[in-house]
Amino acid sequence: MWQGLNTHEVKVTVTNEHGLHARPVTEFVQLANRFQSKVEVVKGDLTVDGKSVAAMLTLGAGPGTVLRIRARGTDAAQAVKKLVALISSSFAQG
Amino acid sequence: MEIKKGIAVSPGVAINQAVVLDAEDYRIPLRHVSPQRIKQEVRRLDQAVTRSRQDLAELRDRARRRLGSETAAIFDFHLALLDDRSLQNKIRKLIRSDSVTAEFAVADVLRGYAKEFLQMPEYLADRVKDVYDIEKRILRHLIGQSREDLARLEEEVVVLAHDLTPSQTANLDRRHVLGLATDAGGRTSHTAIVARALGIPAVVGLNDVTASVNAGDTVIIDGNRGVVIINPDEATIRQHRQYVERIAEFELSLDRLVNLPAITLDGHEVVLLGNIEFPHEAATVIAKGGQGIGLYRTEFLYLGREVEPTEEDHYQAYMQVIHEMQGRPLVIRTLDLGADKYTQERSPVPERNPFLGCRSIRFCFQNLQLFKTQLRAILRASLQGDLAIMFPLITSVMELRQSKMILRDVMEDLEEEGIEVRRDVPVGIMVEVPSAALMCNQLAEEVDFFSIGTNDLIQYTLAVDRANERVAPLFTPAHPAVLRLIKEVIRAGQRHDLGVSLCGEMAGQPEYTLLLIGMGLRTLSVAPPAIPEVKQLVRSMTMEHARRVARTVMAFDNDKQIVSYLRDQSRQVMPEAY
Repeated sequence: MWQGLNTHEVKVTVTNEHGLHARPVTEFVQLANRFQSKVEVVKGDLTVDGKSVAAMLTLGAGPGTVLRIRARGTDAAQAVKKLVALISSSFAQG
Repeated sequence: MEIKKGIAVSPGVAINQAVVLDAEDYRIPLRHVSPQRIKQEVRRLDQAVTRSRQDLAELRDRARRRLGSETAAIFDFHLALLDDRSLQNKIRKLIRSDSVTAEFAVADVLRGYAKEFLQMPEYLADRVKDVYDIEKRILRHLIGQSREDLARLEEEVVVLAHDLTPSQTANLDRRHVLGLATDAGGRTSHTAIVARALGIPAVVGLNDVTASVNAGDTVIIDGNRGVVIINPDEATIRQHRQYVERIAEFELSLDRLVNLPAITLDGHEVVLLGNIEFPHEAATVIAKGGQGIGLYRTEFLYLGREVEPTEEDHYQAYMQVIHEMQGRPLVIRTLDLGADKYTQERSPVPERNPFLGCRSIRFCFQNLQLFKTQLRAILRASLQGDLAIMFPLITSVMELRQSKMILRDVMEDLEEEGIEVRRDVPVGIMVEVPSAALMCNQLAEEVDFFSIGTNDLIQYTLAVDRANERVAPLFTPAHPAVLRLIKEVIRAGQRHDLGVSLCGEMAGQPEYTLLLIGMGLRTLSVAPPAIPEVKQLVRSMTMEHARRVARTVMAFDNDKQIVSYLRDQSRQVMPEAY
């Protein structure tokens, strides 16, 4: 756990039909990589690098899973906001 | 000096330095590197990743244009996985900490991920395939340099490989690759067919030859005797050089036959056609004195590529061949895929018994759009040359009717679009399953010609998988049961006044020429380099002798006796060939 002014963390529930499989994870990671901040995704006591497809896939986050999206850095607030929006929209933009 | 025995599949002898290709499944041995080389290994990794990224971006863009963004997303995922920093860091770290090669580190890390994915819920377990795909792609760039350079070699070599893919063989630089030897394969494997087509000596089914040879070793590949000699001594080299010269002299004498007809001493004419796989081979058929193409295999359009060929891809390939043939006959066999990567990937579950499974015409019936795309292209080309259509693996009258109905549908579609086609384009079938041979009188009523495909006919009649080294010796055209089936088909053709040709490997094996002509065949379709030798035999025999041979053979009850009798008789006709 890290603390600091520029750390943001928000809870979100995975809603899309098949959970975080290859395609949503790809989109998530592509988006995460647009931010300077370090991004981490937490499921229970498992924390993974949100900018790594391989790591994100190992979360095995099926529909209904509650995740915490955490970012630290200059654009942390923006990063968390966008990433959470992506998950809650069930990756609607395709 | 080490001598390895395999299966001789393409005649000739080559003595050269070896190039060794790795097995497609890349069993990467653990190899340590000296600390000074670590930097270089990391650099190799980076280069391989960069090249893989270029491949993937290209594939993605092409997929997006042709197949839509759904499919392109798969490559986006591959790209994201490839560019995954934590994954790349893991690989780099392993190279540095354990002083291992880049290929070992890539394989180790990616297989670790694959293992992890396998334990995940089902939808993730599926991603294992993608991880392997990425691994292969990077490894291809790491190991594959020699492989890709096969197309532009600077000196003459012999190539040793576990097995060759269709795209590798297609890209072989003929001027520099003088011989082929593979661990896998049998007489009718893809490597064998292509080697014969290109006229390169080849030995297959050597099991572990790639493990015994190092790049740069001198290797003799004897495609006549099925032997590979690694690091031969001086005397052996000298002996084989003389042998090579004798063969060259014989071939030179055969080349004088190109413009002479294939006609027996007593005036019976035989038509010799070529079997081809790639459009560029059409020119070889003519150069070798072939009178047309009796079998154009179209599978190459599907293998060794990422996306399905378009109607235009088909059309262009056919037009190229038609153009080469300048009015000579051309028989196009419709898609005969099966039991290979292409069909297996499209199968919901792996087939337990692919040769008895959804292959060939059956695969086409179940993938109608793909079948129709090919038929459209063939029909569009039908007015441009002397073209015939041949359906493979027909087992019943119903299958033949279904094929013809689909062909008619496609014809009507084209005509509705205002595209002119040849309405009476000749339609024939491959007779390559015992059921078709036994029903040939009924089938004859509804086709314009038969072509006997002995490779499959033998496999299905004798229940032998020709690619399985343990039973391969049981695979023989000389089995009396096979010969009886062939005889039936020839008779049915005569009764119904149909053209019958034989296009299996058997047609190009000189020991069977006398027999086949004696049984009544007047058209043989063979690998282009075999045309002169078969022609020479035809020109040296009399029909009376051939008929006598055929009668005698039918009285034998086993293949050993038949083969030795045929060799003996052929030797009498053309002693210089033996």
